[in-house]
Amino acid sequence: MTDGTRSEILLRVNGLTHRLDVDNRRTLLDALREDTGRTGPKKGCDRGQCGACTVLLDDRRVVSCLTLAVAADGSDVTTVEGLAPDGELHPLQQAFVQLDGFQCGYCTPGQLCSAVAMLAEHAAGWPSAVTTDVSPERPAPELDAVEVRERLSGNLCRCGAYPSIVRAVLETAARAEVTG
Amino acid sequence: MKEFGYLRPSQVREALALVAADDGARFLGGGTNLVDLMKDGIETPTRLVDVRRLPLDGIREAPDRGLVIGATTTNSDLAAHPEVRRRYPALSQAVLAGASGQLRNMATVGGNLLQRTRCGYFADPSQPCNKRSPGSGCSAITGEHHNHAILGWSDHCVATHPSDMTVALAAYDAVVHYETPDGSHEIPLSGFYLPVGESPQRETVLPPGALITAVTLPAAAAGPRARYRKVRERASYAFANVSVAAALDVEEGVVRGVRIALGGLASRPWRALVAESALRDAPATADRFGDAADAELSAARPLRDNAYKVTLARNLIVAVLTELAHRAE
Repeated sequence: MTDGTRSEILLRVNGLTHRLDVDNRRTLLDALREDTGRTGPKKGCDRGQCGACTVLLDDRRVVSCLTLAVAADGSDVTTVEGLAPDGELHPLQQAFVQLDGFQCGYCTPGQLCSAVAMLAEHAAGWPSAVTTDVSPERPAPELDAVEVRERLSGNLCRCGAYPSIVRAVLETAARAEVTG
Repeated sequence: MKEFGYLRPSQVREALALVAADDGARFLGGGTNLVDLMKDGIETPTRLVDVRRLPLDGIREAPDRGLVIGATTTNSDLAAHPEVRRRYPALSQAVLAGASGQLRNMATVGGNLLQRTRCGYFADPSQPCNKRSPGSGCSAITGEHHNHAILGWSDHCVATHPSDMTVALAAYDAVVHYETPDGSHEIPLSGFYLPVGESPQRETVLPPGALITAVTLPAAAAGPRARYRKVRERASYAFANVSVAAALDVEEGVVRGVRIALGGLASRPWRALVAESALRDAPATADRFGDAADAELSAARPLRDNAYKVTLARNLIVAVLTELAHRAE
């Protein structure tokens, strides 16, 4: 018996439900771009190495180029478009604009989705590879440039806008702390 | 990529039957390695059996007061788990030292154990590689091999195992649990990976169609004085040149217990039993740590371009043990 090579899936993208008939080989990235018209996620390396395709899958950041669309069936997906649903920029997007967190902009949708999820991971107390003491009794490490660089190391920027990206993320984190 | 069927069972027994029924079937976890290899045609499954909706997720207490880590637990959840961080901190550190935040959210514990080498020749179908195409030869022995093995390799393959997680699991005496249609089985991690020998394409003792269900950590290995350190060619998001997972118990300046495992040096995580036995009941001094490292690494057979790993491994072992000894006092 030969298996079917296509599947019908449901994806909820930025709050909108899509019923799609996909080839099992289709990546989530291609499904988002080609089948739902959400072209925010970018195809950089298509190998999980650059992070330009980063989206939130059930609120967790993933690389959509190594996620099979069929395996994401039934999931909630947030792309960069979903960070500003009513046309008002997310605070992190505002900070990127104000502090020049990009040059060509190709990596920016992935940087933004990744950083939004990263701030949530940090707020949940997750340690990182540069956290000195991972013991749960320790308070979460303060977010500084070293922590941000480590936590966002899965997002490459070939323009080298890293200093401004780090500033924008730190600024956003500091504001969120003030306003709760 | 070749066409394939996709199935998503909800029970382990069903998953085993689906893989047993198709010689070309593979289990799919997070896909971070398998999907990548499928894009290059290095893996060509005819059927993917997705294991992520099987009831194998989560971390719970084991009867011996150790921990049971479900096979589909993500690397992120493993590293962030309070009891892993409290009792097995080197495991949390090792997982955090690997891949990126995105990939750790996808990758599973079972998949991490079974990930393939990142040897460039394995990943290049135009080149000979005994691991990918048995009998075709090893390109790395005389080729680009600055980050290949110095321990335990054979003339058939000099690739390293890329995982950080498994290095910590080796130090902690983890046990791998798996299911086959015949029932449940378990094997210590120390016996899980096969020596390279003449068949580098066979990497583990798992029979075809077996499904890893959990990894257990023994209570006896738990303790706060443990550390994972990784040396790589950039600060983050790169595979190890050398890594060390170690735990140390020191009483009045004497080593009472020590665990050391090395990464980046062999086709599997390398438990440094020679160094450990040299250190038991020895003074916890940098000199003795160095002697123990030398004893372990006397078995090293560096290739033309990776002798630096011998020195690097020695220095890293000494640095990690010295740090732990200072913390122990």
